[in-house]
Formats: sequence, structure tokens, C-alpha cells
Amino acid sequence: MSPLAVDRRAFLKVSALAGGGLMISAYLEPLADLAAQGRQPAPPLVPNAFITIARDGKVTIIGKNPEIGQGIKTTLPMLIAEELDVDWSTVIVEQGDLDAKYGQQFAGGSTAVPANYDVLRRVGAGARHMLVAAAAATWGVPASQLTTASGRVIHAASNRSLGYGELADKAAALTPPDPASLTLKDPSTFTIIGQRIPGVDLDAIVTGKPIYGTDTVVPGMLYAVFQRCPVFAGKVATANLDHVKTLPGVKHAFVVEGSATPGNQLLGGVAIVADSWWQAQTAREQLQVTWNEGKASADSTASFDTTAAQLAAKFPTAPTRADGDAEAALAGAATVVEAAYAYPFLNHAQIEPMSATAHVKDGKVEIWAGTQTPDGARGLVARTLGVEPANVAIHMVRIGGSFGRRLYNDHIVEAAWISKEIGAPVQVRWTREDDMGHDLFRPAGFHFLKAGVDASGKLTAWRNHFITFTIDGERATASSGMSASEFPARFVPNYSLFTSMIPFGVPTGAMRAPGSNAIAFVSQSFIDELAHAAKQDPLAFRLAMLSGPLVTGGAAPGRGDWNPARMRAVLELVRDKSGWGTRTLPQGTAMGVAFHFSHAGYFAEVAEVAVDASKRVKVNKVWVAGDIGRQIVNPLKAEAQVEGSIMDGLSHLMSFEITIEGGRAVQRNFDEYQPVRMRQAPREIEAHFVTSDNDPTGLGEPALPPILPAVCNAIFSATGTRVRSLPLSKHGFRWA
Amino acid sequence: MTLNLNINGRAVSVDAPADMPLLWVLRDMLDLRGTKYGCGTGQCGACTVHLRGRAVRSCQVPVSAAAGAPVVTIEGLSPTGTHPVQVTWKELDVPECGYCQAGQIMSAAALLSLSPKPTDAQIDAAMNGNICRCGTYNRIRAGIHKAAALAATGSQGETP
Repeated sequence: MSPLAVDRRAFLKVSALAGGGLMISAYLEPLADLAAQGRQPAPPLVPNAFITIARDGKVTIIGKNPEIGQGIKTTLPMLIAEELDVDWSTVIVEQGDLDAKYGQQFAGGSTAVPANYDVLRRVGAGARHMLVAAAAATWGVPASQLTTASGRVIHAASNRSLGYGELADKAAALTPPDPASLTLKDPSTFTIIGQRIPGVDLDAIVTGKPIYGTDTVVPGMLYAVFQRCPVFAGKVATANLDHVKTLPGVKHAFVVEGSATPGNQLLGGVAIVADSWWQAQTAREQLQVTWNEGKASADSTASFDTTAAQLAAKFPTAPTRADGDAEAALAGAATVVEAAYAYPFLNHAQIEPMSATAHVKDGKVEIWAGTQTPDGARGLVARTLGVEPANVAIHMVRIGGSFGRRLYNDHIVEAAWISKEIGAPVQVRWTREDDMGHDLFRPAGFHFLKAGVDASGKLTAWRNHFITFTIDGERATASSGMSASEFPARFVPNYSLFTSMIPFGVPTGAMRAPGSNAIAFVSQSFIDELAHAAKQDPLAFRLAMLSGPLVTGGAAPGRGDWNPARMRAVLELVRDKSGWGTRTLPQGTAMGVAFHFSHAGYFAEVAEVAVDASKRVKVNKVWVAGDIGRQIVNPLKAEAQVEGSIMDGLSHLMSFEITIEGGRAVQRNFDEYQPVRMRQAPREIEAHFVTSDNDPTGLGEPALPPILPAVCNAIFSATGTRVRSLPLSKHGFRWA
Repeated sequence: MTLNLNINGRAVSVDAPADMPLLWVLRDMLDLRGTKYGCGTGQCGACTVHLRGRAVRSCQVPVSAAAGAPVVTIEGLSPTGTHPVQVTWKELDVPECGYCQAGQIMSAAALLSLSPKPTDAQIDAAMNGNICRCGTYNRIRAGIHKAAALAATGSQGETP
């Protein structure tokens, strides 16, 4: 079994509906250890209900996972509908709230398709099986003579058919089949999977329906702002609450002591609750607080370049990984290249700022909010408020972008706390400035690299001293570590990785393609340097790297142990599609290439980039080749994820940077943290998929990492300038 | 103070501070929550509405400045949801998360009312104030060109 495959057994259960009709339930029993992949374990075994078929034939399918723009509310129900054998146009999709009966509900790690591809198809197939059995009993014919299509069971021999709605009551009385016994459709007969199917919320979005968390209205709801300590884990010393309470519309103003440690995210601050959000926000302007800022107030990123450079020369005694003898190989190399790479802290900058609505009453908590980890939200609220998890209800709403920001539920626990304090339902809305200042930032990092190429042009040695951060003085802070199997480990005979850490009290967290979103820039840029130093074509140099014998070095197989042949295939495809090396480009325009494996996806990308004399950059076109297995569930959403990953990566590349001074984020709004805008965006992004003979995997993340180095490598070819630290704007580049 | 507004063709009266942003009057007093908050400083365009037929950032418009003037929000762009921009947005499945799209649609509709057949440069200029963090820009551009062609056939709704 591949490390990312998720093995589940499923059991079906059926219920008759009160008003007639059929509800197909399933038991999902996850067998794989999801925690081993850094994810939350699935909730315990509970029945669930994904499909409802009414007597009138209406089919309702539950979308169980958080929808953050990746299209999963459309994609997962498609899997069920395909095997149920109904017309997609007749399906109504509803968002499921947090409920153990749905199995794991989670958005992250590009895991939804691989975790659900088989089991949700079996849910659909089980329902179809029962409807066929009901028809067979009705007509007194063997089930083997029956077929289905478009929500009907057909007996061709007698030219009879019955709609699923007509069979629902009878099917509801049957015993559900063992899912493992079901025969799934041959992919060549798919009518829904593989089709270009638009998002199920499209009508609601284009007409402005209130479907996002911040649109929630609960009867009797008040509105709150929360002035968090600008320094992580700081506490309120004094606050002019008496004055604030006199301001128009203000109902409550109080101190939240907070309990902020990484992983327990109720921050300290002052809550102001008013009849309207605008009143609360206006009152906030008159709030005066003095803070006990705590030790993170000593942290500033300005000193980190110097600190990292000092640490770089002090190698830890124990390497994180060592294959062969990197020092000896470097000493004997024909060409040696040494370079220092760095990337900054980042804010997620999801377009919908954080918000949450909570109602705590009589020991029960009700939450309406976007979260990628609804089960984690339940646990955090239960622990922090001292209530039973079973008494925390999480209503799942559409999420206006996330990129990992809503993995942590800090917005939810504070809303719950404030509601508990005031005894009324409350919506806490963050301003953009709140959002910029109180993230769990994508960690910065420094890589001090030295590598050698032999006389034949072969890469023989690679040494990396990686400098990251630690919040507890022992372990790398959240999402800031680097796997010992991270590329190019295994692909260089003499390889060593050392890790050192700088103490830093500001919390960090996962951001779209965590780790990979930064490391690909480093490794794929440095490989480019080596290819040029060895006077080889950068794409051919990479293919050669991927074609040599693999080094295991005694290290245990890790999740980075991906298949080089699959990567070669996408690299060759992107070479051919982009016309790499065959096109004549104008002066100042060049192509760059990069590849990266992450989240079980293989991606190679080529960017054609023009740079003018005043360092204005235009990405003319991007070619993407990916291998995410044998089946693209929804090509429309897949292409959107690829395009979105490219655009997101270009924002990281050019301008995203969070700097910290005195424990505070300096950047406050989009003027200081500029996402790519329309006229800066590449006009053409060509996505190609290799349909390999592998299980389908996810696409929220793996297309992002290669775009940063692909553009940097093109900039080098166009200008001779090698970019070794991000963002580009620090080096005088800007968008054309 | 009491202000008389004209929202989506209807006269409404609200009691609000004169400097309260139109955005929050729309969302929290009139329950028109299709218009979104993104930055509060006029930089992201999520709050775009039409004021006197022009695209404006409603987070930057004091409600008093909108008194008596026609305001159109995403909810009022077309009574049936069939403005050419809405139609082509659906044809192309433009949204990903969708949160910015009300603003994108309002900016696009205002552009088309001024420039029925916009060039790419005109689209760049009109849409540059609307951030989409999901990166739907190429589908937005295609949607505007298609909507221009659709509107030229005169087949679908129009801006009130």
C-alpha cells in the first residue's frame, strides 16, 4: 500500500424515511493511521447518511467535507452519484454539519479524493444494489437481468422500468449489501466522474446568497470585536472598560485572560460586544489597553539573517540525514557551488477574514463558522470551555478561502468564550488588520547549501544546513521542519542534511503545500545553479538526476519516497508541451523549469518569463504537467486548482512577506501584502495530466511549489540574476 | 440620523451614523449580505457595489454619501440572476471559494455598462481593484468577453 493510500472498510445501513423513501447510510471504519501522516485521527465508528431518495425520485447527497474553494462539495458527491447511477442534474447536494456518522470531515493535505474515492463510490453502489434488488422482487425476475440508468431500474427483456423514487420504500426494507462485495462501474462507463461539472453553489454565489460564515444571522445575535494582544500569548494589564461600556450600542466590554500556548489558541485580549458590528468597531477606537506582552515581544525578524549566518558555520554533531560521505565528495568534486537561500514568514491572506458565530447556553455550544478541522474545533471548544464534546455542535458553512488558516480554530474558541461570558449568541468578526496580525504564520527558513558535480557533469554531493525556528527550544515550530527524505535525498550518493533552530515565540502553522511551498524554491533553484555550473541543460540535468540509482542510505522509507519514473514522465511531458529548448525567444525572455513531489502529486512546470531593463517581470505563460493518478474526478475543478496554485505561488514569489518587530507583525493590510492582481497574472496556464496507473490523489496543493523556482530559473536565464531569497520585490523586481 | 436610501430600486430609510460605511448598512441593517468585507480600506474590491451606475468600494462610502442616489448590489443586479455577467460566470464556473465574486461581478457589470465591448487593457484597468486569492482571473477575463458578446445579442437581463 502506498503511504498515502487510506484503507477503509465500509458497511452500509438503510433506513426508511418518515414520509416515505429511502436513506442509505454507511459505516466508515478507517483502518490506516492517519495520525502517522500528521493528520487528525478520524472520529470513531458511527453510522452515516449520505443519500436520501424521496418517493418523488428526488436524490439528495451530502457533501461532508469543508468547502474552501477546492470544489470538494461538488467532487465528493459526484463519486456517490456516479455509482448510484443518477443524472447529475437531478441531484441536490447539501452540506453536512459535523457528525461522526460521516466519517472524517477535514480539508487539508490534498487528502479528500484519495481518502474517499473508493469508499464513497461504494456508498453509491450499495444504494443502487438495493434499488435493483427491490425492482427484482417487484417484477419477480433475477437481479442479473436488470440494469440502471438515469435514476431508473430497467428490465430490457420485458421493456419495463421503475424510477428510484418508486422503489425507495421497498428498498428501505432490504438488508444492505457488504460494500466489499459490490462491483463498481468500469471507468469507461462513467457518466459523472471525469465530467466537467460546475460547482454546486454556483447559483448562490453569483446572486449573492448569504452562504459564508460571516453571513450567519442567529436570532438575538450580538456582534463583537476582539482586541487581541498584539504579541502572541500576551495578557491584558489594564483597559478602560468603564469608558468603553458607555459608548453607543456597547452591551459588554471585558477582559479575556486567554490561555494561549501553541495548540491552545484562546488569546488574551479585550472583547467589545455591541448591537452592531460597526458600533463595536467604533468603540474599539476609544479602547485603551496596556499589555503584559510576554517573552515573544523580544522577537524580531530583522536579526534573523545575521543569526542564521552565524549558526550556519556551527554544524550540529548529529546530522538529520547522512548518505555516503558528502565532505569527501565535495573535496573531490570537479565543480563546487555554494549558496545561501532564504524565504520569509507568510500570512495566509485568505480573502474572507476570520469570523465565527457562537451560542453557548445551558452547557451546550452551537457554532456556525468555517473550519478545515471541524472535529478539532469541537475538541478545542470543549476543552477550553469545560463542556462535553458531545455538547458542541458545529454547523459547517462555505469558506471564503483558507489555505490552511482555518486548521487552527482560534477564531471559533474565542467566539465560544465570548458567548459564554455574555450568555447570548454572538458573531465575532475580524478586521483584515486583525487577520494580518494574528495568524499562525508560514515559517521562514534558511538553507546553507554546498554541492559538487564531477567531471562528467554528474551531481555527486549535496550538503544542506537548514536553519529553522523553535518555540519550545526543543522541536522545530509547527510546520517548519524538513523531512529527512525531502528531495534531493535519495538522488545524490553523498548527501547530508543538518538542522539548527532559532528560538522564536511567534506561532507558525501550515499553509497550502506546507514545507513544499518553500523548500521547492530552494532545491529546484539550487539544482538549476548546478546545471548551469555543469554547463548542462537544466531540464536534461534534472532528468539525469531522476534516472540514476536511488540511495537508501539505511534511512527508513518515508513519505518522500516517491517514484522517479512518474516524475520523469511529467518532466518529459512539460518539456514536450512547452517546446523546451526548441523555441526562439526574444532578448530578455526565457523559460525556467522546476518539479516537485508533494501530497502524493507529481508536478513539473515550465514558465516563460520576460524581464525588462528595469526589472519588471511578466510571466507570459505557464505549462503544467501533473500526475495525480488514473482518474481526474472533475477536470473543471482540477484545472481551477492548478491555475489557482500558480496564481497563489506568484503572490508568494513577488511580494508576500511578513516581518516581525517586537513580536508583532509589521504588515497590516493588502497595501503592504500585495496578492497578484488580474493584470499581473499570466494569461495562459496550460494544464496537462498524465493519467498513470495509480490511485487518484488530491490537487489542492501539489501544483503550487514548482511555480516559484520555475519563474526564478527563467529570471536567471533571462537576466543572469540568481534569486536566492524571497520575495522578489526585495531585489528590485516588480510586476510589469 | 435618518437617511433615505435607494437600494436595488427600492426606497428604504435607515437610522445610522452618517459616517457608517455603506457596506455595513447593506450587510447588517438591510440584510443584503452578498456584498462582502475583505479589507476595509478599498484595496480588495470584495465590497464593490454600483452607486449612480459606477462601481464603488462600499467600505469607503459613508452611508450619507449614498443618500438619495441609486445603489445596486449583487442581489439587485438582475431580478432573475440572469445579467450577462452572471450567465457567463456560470457557464465558465468562474468561482473557486466565491467570496470575492460579488465584487468581481459588480466591477465587471459596471465596466460593460460603460464599455460594452472592452479590450483586455480596459478589463485590466477596471478589474485591477478586485483581488481574487483563488486566482480565477483568467476565467473572469473570459467571462467578461463572453458577457460582452452575450449582451450584444440583447438576449439576457440588464442592469437596473
